[in-house]
Amino acid sequence: MERIPILKLGAFLLVTIQIDLYDRLALHLEEDLVAMVEKKSVKGVLIDISAVGIVDSFMGRILGNIGSMCKLLDAETVVVGMQPAVAITLVELGLPLKGVYTALNVDKGMELLRSKIEIEDTIGDDYDDDTSPN
Amino acid sequence: MPVYREQDVIPYRSRVREYAVKIKMGLVSQTKLITAASEIVRNMLKYANGGETIIEIVSRGRDNGIRLTFDDKGPGIADIPKAMKDGFSTGRSLGLGLPGTKRLVSEFDIKSEPGSGTTITIIMWING
Repeated sequence: MERIPILKLGAFLLVTIQIDLYDRLALHLEEDLVAMVEKKSVKGVLIDISAVGIVDSFMGRILGNIGSMCKLLDAETVVVGMQPAVAITLVELGLPLKGVYTALNVDKGMELLRSKIEIEDTIGDDYDDDTSPN
Repeated sequence: MPVYREQDVIPYRSRVREYAVKIKMGLVSQTKLITAASEIVRNMLKYANGGETIIEIVSRGRDNGIRLTFDDKGPGIADIPKAMKDGFSTGRSLGLGLPGTKRLVSEFDIKSEPGSGTTITIIMWING
């Protein structure tokens, strides 16, 4: 069965969507991604949609779901490379894709993910210092 | 062009894009039109198990456009003004379908008879 490949890059997962997703493929992607986040203790997920010409409410919902599900598993999701025409259409449709971070391209998305995870690490360290016994 | 299965949606969308490209519609209008079409066929599949669609090139003076017709024999919509309100849905969706779709296109027309089906027509003009 056809599946969208998911690449592991260090602590992140990278998914590049190169075709128009039909519903079953999108649902499989959601399942596969969430399973992989859990299994490989991934900290961040990058979804590149630069080749996607149409994001309708179904597809938008899938992206939002992936973001929320990954968040519950302690991973951040960044959607990168949205075409301007897609952004205009999504806002007019009334689906501003809340709940996922966005970045202009894969590089900037990586930077964003790293900064999110570093911030969390620092907070974690401080907490350890404060509570460590003398 | 019949749309009765989920797998028909993507080929249908490609077909609409071909027509839009043929009349040199701008990319943003194309994207809005295809997204609108996608929303309507999804609704049609979900509530009426699919239906028939027509893609036509229409003109109005010097302006050209694409007219899409969606015709189903589903349960129909009892209260159209209510269905056109943001956030209303009898299914589990976000309820953006119809009102969102209307915002995306130049003209939107819906006729429905409870028990005998729904016909939706949308037009996207090249120059608004």
